[in-house]
Amino acid sequence: MSQKSQKEYETILPEEMIREIDRVSKLKKFDEKKREKLTKEVQKVYLNSAFEPGEAVGIIAAQSISEPATQMTMRTYHFAGSAGMQITLGLPRLIEVFDARKEPTTPTMTIYLKKEFNDQKNSEKIAKKIKEKRLKGFVESVSLDLTNKVVKIKLKPEYEKKFEKITEILKLKFKKYKMMRRHSVIDVSVEDDIEIKELQRIKKKVLESIISGIPKITNTVVFNEGKDWVIRTLGSNFEKLVKIEEIDFYRSYTNNIHEVAETLGIEAARSVLLSELNSILEQQGLEVDKRHLTLIVDIMTFEGAIEAVGRYGVAGSKASILTRAGFEETVKHLVRASVRNEADNFNGLFENIMVNQQIPVGTGMFDLIVRMEDE
Amino acid sequence: MIDKVVFGVLDPEIIRKMSVAKINKTDLYDQEGYPIEGGLMDPRLGIIDPGLRCRTCGGSTGDCKGHFGHLDLTRPVINVNYAKLIYNILKLICRSCDRILLDEAGLEKFNKGRKSLKVLRNLIKTKCPYCGERQKKIKFIKPTTFTEGSAILSAAEVRERLEKIKTEDLTTLGFKEVRPENFVISLLPVPPVTMRPSITLETGERSEDDLTHKLVDIVRINKRLKENIDLGAPEFIIQDLWELLQYHVATYINNEISGVPPARHRSGRILKTLTQRLKGKDGRFRHNLLGKRVNYSARTVISPDTMLDIDEVGVPLSIAQEITIPVVLNDKNIGHIKKLILNYPSWPTVNYILRSDGAKKKITEMNKEEIAEKLEVGYIAERQLQDGDWTIFNRQPTLHRMGMMGHRVRVLPYKTFRLNTLNCPPYNADFDGDEMNLHAPQTIEAQVETKLLANATLQIRSPRFSGPIIGATKDHIAGLFLLTGNKIKISREDVVDIVRFCNFEIEIPEKKTFNGKELFSLFLPKDLSLEYKDKSDTVVIKNGNLVAGSIGSKGMGAFKGKLLDELDKQYGHSFAKRFMFDITRISLEVLTRYGFSISIADLDLSPEIDKKVREVIKKTERNVDKMIEDFNKGKIKAIIGRTTRDSLELSIKNMLADILNEVTSIVKKDIPETSIVLMAKSGARGSIINIVQAARLIGQETVKGERIYIGYHNRTFSHFKKGDISLESKGFVTNGYKQGLSPFEFFFDAMNSREGLMDKSLKTRHSGYLERRLIGALKDLKVEYDGTVRDSSKKIIQFIPGEDGLDPSKIQKGGINVAKIAERI
Repeated sequence: MSQKSQKEYETILPEEMIREIDRVSKLKKFDEKKREKLTKEVQKVYLNSAFEPGEAVGIIAAQSISEPATQMTMRTYHFAGSAGMQITLGLPRLIEVFDARKEPTTPTMTIYLKKEFNDQKNSEKIAKKIKEKRLKGFVESVSLDLTNKVVKIKLKPEYEKKFEKITEILKLKFKKYKMMRRHSVIDVSVEDDIEIKELQRIKKKVLESIISGIPKITNTVVFNEGKDWVIRTLGSNFEKLVKIEEIDFYRSYTNNIHEVAETLGIEAARSVLLSELNSILEQQGLEVDKRHLTLIVDIMTFEGAIEAVGRYGVAGSKASILTRAGFEETVKHLVRASVRNEADNFNGLFENIMVNQQIPVGTGMFDLIVRMEDE
Repeated sequence: MIDKVVFGVLDPEIIRKMSVAKINKTDLYDQEGYPIEGGLMDPRLGIIDPGLRCRTCGGSTGDCKGHFGHLDLTRPVINVNYAKLIYNILKLICRSCDRILLDEAGLEKFNKGRKSLKVLRNLIKTKCPYCGERQKKIKFIKPTTFTEGSAILSAAEVRERLEKIKTEDLTTLGFKEVRPENFVISLLPVPPVTMRPSITLETGERSEDDLTHKLVDIVRINKRLKENIDLGAPEFIIQDLWELLQYHVATYINNEISGVPPARHRSGRILKTLTQRLKGKDGRFRHNLLGKRVNYSARTVISPDTMLDIDEVGVPLSIAQEITIPVVLNDKNIGHIKKLILNYPSWPTVNYILRSDGAKKKITEMNKEEIAEKLEVGYIAERQLQDGDWTIFNRQPTLHRMGMMGHRVRVLPYKTFRLNTLNCPPYNADFDGDEMNLHAPQTIEAQVETKLLANATLQIRSPRFSGPIIGATKDHIAGLFLLTGNKIKISREDVVDIVRFCNFEIEIPEKKTFNGKELFSLFLPKDLSLEYKDKSDTVVIKNGNLVAGSIGSKGMGAFKGKLLDELDKQYGHSFAKRFMFDITRISLEVLTRYGFSISIADLDLSPEIDKKVREVIKKTERNVDKMIEDFNKGKIKAIIGRTTRDSLELSIKNMLADILNEVTSIVKKDIPETSIVLMAKSGARGSIINIVQAARLIGQETVKGERIYIGYHNRTFSHFKKGDISLESKGFVTNGYKQGLSPFEFFFDAMNSREGLMDKSLKTRHSGYLERRLIGALKDLKVEYDGTVRDSSKKIIQFIPGEDGLDPSKIQKGGINVAKIAERI
């Protein structure tokens, strides 16, 4: 161990602050002695400003989020002015994040492009390319031939050049069905005898099939952001998009936390969760210290999977039976505990409040023992 | 100290052992009105009537917590809460030999993997590996019926099967110390009467508890079933009665089973049975166990009093005389307490004396001398609240910890709690009828903690955003802004008068006249230098002198006050408290001396402004008309992924958003410096936009973020043409509140306001539940002695709290400023 790192090891300061001390010392051209003095001084301030053992950081964090939540708007707002995409924001979005829903009501992605594609022409091209296009967008009219059990799909004449390709894609997608194209009309039929109801189902299935683009991306907008050309999408499909060559994978972003957890892992999901919370609060003009958000984000992810804040998530998986019974679904938890012969060890807050005991937090965390002098 | 509670299922044997009475009679009382032995109000089960003694333990009401009895059920019944579980077990068990339907190899495999009944269900065989019996399909018909193949499995049969399961198989199934046959009830514990007290109405009639009613039903059907069996009644009658017994026991346990009609009282009211007692917001858990009522507290209306310090609370005399604090007598304080007792009935005195033998004596005019004479060391005197006692003051909803703070008592006349207006932001209080609560801590530990931890002085900095939450608001800021502006000149006499109004220590320099900035600077520490940007100008403080700029909400205000933030950090909470107290009093004094009022004339705009605004509105109207025309001609270009109609709507909306800003900037530039403008500029109340909306232009009204579209078919009023999308018909208000609105405009404005009201009431519900959930998830996280954040089962959530270990209520925004510390070296 070198001398320098030895010293760093000795101080209790977080790494970031030590870096800051180094930076300032260099700037002010401090010598070794002065630097040490500075470190000592900073350490003193740090200790005075640090959390004390027993501090109920959880409660403080919860209050710090929910107190400003009362001032949030319920409404959904438009995004990015002229583009006019509607994105859920404010309190509904905050609740959604804490619920850890599988899919947000308005999933959206922000896509940055690699250097060589970072211009208007390319970005618009890509935006067009990734937007999902369903067959119904190419169709002029559809009719059912009930005697022969055939769905007749007539394509719009302006896509004439693409007729061949569309048919190919459909053939690949629906290997079970027979596809026949005569100029602009595609006949879809099945070999077996089927009911008309089934035919209707086939019609719907074929019309809704995606011809090109990436599934779930329902809309895209390109706009300029300083040096960058950015694509905002409605709908999110992180896994597929990230594989597109032109996209700068390192900067692109989605608000679908579960997608991130699946593709990049829990740590990435954690930081997306954090930046989502941050942007919701920021957009509403509310100030909440980042430290509180990190705690909430950590408890939502520390088990290795995203857990909701609520009865099916963090609060429902607490160790104490009485705490869970006191939160929601009282009887369910009591019955379950009785079957397993479980015990409640009274380590948490609610259990102790229930039986009028001091809570093991803050000044209730320790006991005092008086040493009586020998008589 | 309770340190463990174990949950389990009661065995019939234990129920019998703890039972003090066998219950088998359906009547509760005899003709004389005395409880019948063997009835449900059996005197051995405990007592509820004062004056009587318990037949079992001899205790009186309060001492005797009651005793359980028991009821032998003629035929066993399923416990509804366990029915699903019983089904899950039955499916895994052989119908003839009662072993788990899994051979040894399978068992081994299961024991290695995840142990859940769900996994096991996928492994089991249809043919028993032990006895070769082919299994029949078991079905569960909610709530309590089981069928096997086509035959019904009776509760007795179910119980029999469960009884025969071997202990080692139970361990495999995940049961410990619990026999599954106990999920089928054969012996019903009868709860003590203290748990279901009857009340005597004024008419002398007795009204029984819901549980008693339900138990009577059970006892009666149970008896009838027994009689019928003994008489050898036909099977179908016995089956019917058995089912009825099952129904009654099921609803006794839970009266909200889906698919089962709830048991009702004679009056038709649905009975509240065991599950209902525990469940939900008004259940035992959330209502009684997690929410407790307390003594030594008071509640009344609040009113402002700027003469009180931040950490004081004005307590009405009548409350101070009621609330007490216990004092243990010793040889040092016995004389003082004696004096207090003799002072009766005037405040301050002692209300009660607790003798060492536990007897409690109320002090009266008659016995005060006698009690004062007989005082002994070790007695406890409950003395009345006095000036300087530490209490906890609270306003609901208590959304953050600053909603409960420690304050010193100041006993005052009249009937309201008084608090300094600086305390309004943390409590979110105003004086339009708000009430607040006061709690007097009883133990010395609690009193010390109130003073050292909850103290309002220590709560100046909010942990939410690391800024001051106690700070100037409204009038304070208007006054300060006026004072530190450039207009006010004060003579030395007045300065002395104003300063000595709150502070006797400050030296006032020999000078004939002072300007406002100089007066303000008197209170600043002499080594303070600070520079920050306010709304309109830059505020510069050099060596304790306010050199430039006026102090507004960004300087001294709660939430944003930069100066306040700096003072609190550099000179400590106590200094910040004192400074705030002094400066706000000065500010209010300035307002009273120099006057401050607003009038409708403050909103008068010059004809030039009016002309400009009119032009802007006209221009926008023309533009919109042109756009609509273009649209009708099909000339409008659609935004990608939108229809042309949507695109038109969007561009109109964007244009309307701009018009209000344009008008605001016109008004802002030319409006005279009236009081109302001063209020907006200083940040005391309102904004420039509010002024513009009142004076000249409200702008576009919206519902759900869209221009108004609700009303008639394709139009908002029948006075417009169908499909009209012009500004006027879609809720654009071209007037300000002062000028008055046209009838259409008025209605649109009302729509917008109503939406705001609905939004607000919905929001409180949602955010309230969000808070409950967050607390539920995070409540037992705390910083341990090793510096990590852990939950109650000691799992580490964070290695360093908040990633850098800093407490946001102890730092300025952004953390520790190393460069600033370096400057000092």
